[in-house]
Amino acid sequence: MSSSKLAARTIALAYLALLLLAPVLMIFYRTFEHGVAPVWSAVSAPNAQHAFWLSLEIVAIAVPLNTVFGIGMALLLERGRFRGKALLGMLIDLPFAISPVVVGLSLVLVYGKTGWLGDWLAARGIQVIFSVPGMVIATAVVCLPFVVRETVPVLRELGVDSEQAAETLGASAWQAFWRVTLPGIRWGVVYGVVLTTARALGEFGAVSIVSGRVEGQTQTLPLYVQDRFENFDSTGAYTAAVVLALLALATLLAMNLLTRRTHRRTAL
Amino acid sequence: MLGKGLLGIYLTVLVLLPVAALLAKSGNGGIGAFWREISNPEALAAIKLTLAASAIVVIVNAVFGTLVAWVLVRDEFPGKAIVNALIDLPFALPTIVAGVVLLALYGKNSPVGIDVAFTRASVVGALLFVTLPFVVRSVQPVLLELDLAMEEAAASLGAGPLTVLRRIVLPTLAPAIISGVALSFARAVGEFGSLVLITGNLPFKTEAGSVYIFGQIQNENLAAAAAVSVLLLLAALLVLGLLGFAVRRRSRHVL
Amino acid sequence: MAIEVREVSKRFGDFVALEDVSITVSDGALTALLGPSGSGKSTLLRIIAGLESPDSGEVVIEGNDVTDAPARSRGVGFVFQHYAPFKHMTVHDNVAFGLSVRKRPKDEIRARVEELLGLVRLSGLAGRYPSQLSGGQLQRMALARALAVQPRVLLLDEPFGALDAQVRAELREWLRRLHEEIHVTTIFVTHDQEEAMEVAEQIVVMNAGRIEQAGAPRELYESPRNEFVMSFVGPVNRLGDAFLRPHDIQILPESNGTGTEALVERVVHLGFEVRVELKLHDGRDVWAQVTREVAHELELTEGQILSVRLPAPHVFAR
Repeated sequence: MSSSKLAARTIALAYLALLLLAPVLMIFYRTFEHGVAPVWSAVSAPNAQHAFWLSLEIVAIAVPLNTVFGIGMALLLERGRFRGKALLGMLIDLPFAISPVVVGLSLVLVYGKTGWLGDWLAARGIQVIFSVPGMVIATAVVCLPFVVRETVPVLRELGVDSEQAAETLGASAWQAFWRVTLPGIRWGVVYGVVLTTARALGEFGAVSIVSGRVEGQTQTLPLYVQDRFENFDSTGAYTAAVVLALLALATLLAMNLLTRRTHRRTAL
Repeated sequence: MLGKGLLGIYLTVLVLLPVAALLAKSGNGGIGAFWREISNPEALAAIKLTLAASAIVVIVNAVFGTLVAWVLVRDEFPGKAIVNALIDLPFALPTIVAGVVLLALYGKNSPVGIDVAFTRASVVGALLFVTLPFVVRSVQPVLLELDLAMEEAAASLGAGPLTVLRRIVLPTLAPAIISGVALSFARAVGEFGSLVLITGNLPFKTEAGSVYIFGQIQNENLAAAAAVSVLLLLAALLVLGLLGFAVRRRSRHVL
Repeated sequence: MAIEVREVSKRFGDFVALEDVSITVSDGALTALLGPSGSGKSTLLRIIAGLESPDSGEVVIEGNDVTDAPARSRGVGFVFQHYAPFKHMTVHDNVAFGLSVRKRPKDEIRARVEELLGLVRLSGLAGRYPSQLSGGQLQRMALARALAVQPRVLLLDEPFGALDAQVRAELREWLRRLHEEIHVTTIFVTHDQEEAMEVAEQIVVMNAGRIEQAGAPRELYESPRNEFVMSFVGPVNRLGDAFLRPHDIQILPESNGTGTEALVERVVHLGFEVRVELKLHDGRDVWAQVTREVAHELELTEGQILSVRLPAPHVFAR
């Protein structure tokens, strides 16, 4: 092997080790530094429990909404014929170019107390900002593009022939969608759902702004990590961070298994 | 028809209305008010820090991202598949956890004796962590498809390894590197979660643009928050647009 | 009449795909739409199926005007060029699809699928997925799938286009026999004149969105209506405004002085047939097609001078 190749490998791996691997391994060490007992009490703290379940609740609402929207929008973008399609595509991708903090701010400007719809919502007794609906909306916005992006290419690859075949065989549009289109694109959709779920679980900036961060009420797991850290409860912070990191590793595993299925690799 | 209506409502509630409200808020007091908000010294310092750190991130990612991609495609070593899978970790990891992870090794009580917490270096470090996959993942597929025969042909014509790299490999990879760094830049400009813990958010020193925006929202100074938001959003879109344009021009020659 | 297409026109943007096209197909007939690519033949097929709608004109199937009816209620079976298999379903489920969306009883579906798979000789492969089948097997699965719902008409878009030469020849023969067995009105699209001649009872020759001629294969071959049909359905020699078939040119032994004198420029052996390139005494080039036996008898060699008898040429009004 040439020395330049060895040098390249050494530099690249050292960079990854210092930036990525060592810090990630370090939190596992820091978490269990003082044994399992403090970790166990951190996990069973009521606020930690509440944060965990609230995170799951938000994911359970935002992810299905985005999945349905994503499939519908992908169909529209890929199969529809209309003006302004490129513009619509850019609009869908916009949340990836916007800072999560700005997403939060924009939502406050519409749904907050002084926002555009503030009075209208208040008159109907609906609270969006500083409560779960706002957190669901914020989460849905930041991961809006995933399912659309992952579904459009598989839809293109599937083509219209099999849908038309279903039609000539007597299937209604609805039957053709459920029995031919959806099974044909399912792995792309699932991949998008995995990415959406990972991002939704970890969303911090946008949710931080719209939640009001009330302990035991509107605190998700990522917000709980920050809260513990700022209250010098490092075991609590590390433990919650490790739970989230394990979920992230599970996501990676799922992505890799799915990539093998679909023979595709897409960056988030 | 009903479906299209529902898609439209969802998109309006989630994206159209909020973006419109943001633009309206930032332009409320006219160009003068907008200018006043962004030329506030603390805002200006935060914007400068964000843009400078993002620029450094672009350069480092262009070099190291390409190197990592090259090693993952052209080199063989035990554990390569695992390294390859781990590249996506920063995308999968919640941003607040990214901050905690970096603090665990490079913060106070660092076991390796490096404490960058509350310094500007921590801003760059956190941004490098969260943007790591962009260049690697955009260069990798191009490198995979890059015909070895092209490099061999160049070598057979008498070109040395460095000449082959400079004249054959890099020009072919350029569009992928550019689009990767464009995405890195946009992400770095807006990054928030990984910064809040490790940088300490010291005004005029380590307070990034997104953190400044967050602070202004907490202080209910929404006009200032909106102005800086729009400025940083424009910077991100400008870079995405310009570099996207450059990629399209280049790839016309390459393909 | 099983199918009538009346004055159908269709444009895609500026491109005229079909202009005032009318055809009739009688009950149980096997018809080929023959033409070069871009002639509008696939568009016509898709309009009959309801996969495209015409800008003007009517489509009538078994006496019902179906111009505005959706594809699924027209009772047509359509076999796509690349078969459009449902990749996530087994062969059995592919063939059963049309019956199961009609919510037929399970037993009936199973019996019918079994019968059809036997008909297309795929009986042992019911549990396979499309990715495990060869091109010819996919083709037959697609056909079984289309026939499962007992269509009034069967439409096939370039049915043999994507197959290699040997499988093609086999499937042609098989399709012909299948048609004799089940006798469903069938239209298929092809750009291959030999395929059309071999399989179809009636051929519709199309060019640039119009119908050039329709008739039995022999009729088209022997009395083509125009230059396009003449040259599309078989090889031709062109002498000014006159057209001759190469196999109609008779080569005579050199001693016989009754024909036109010609110089043999090149002899190409193509297996059974031999292609002879000739220069006539007036300097015009023609080529003749003779059998191997004839070429052997005449001892054809390059540079030889012999005489040929030219047939009465086809001359078309311009």
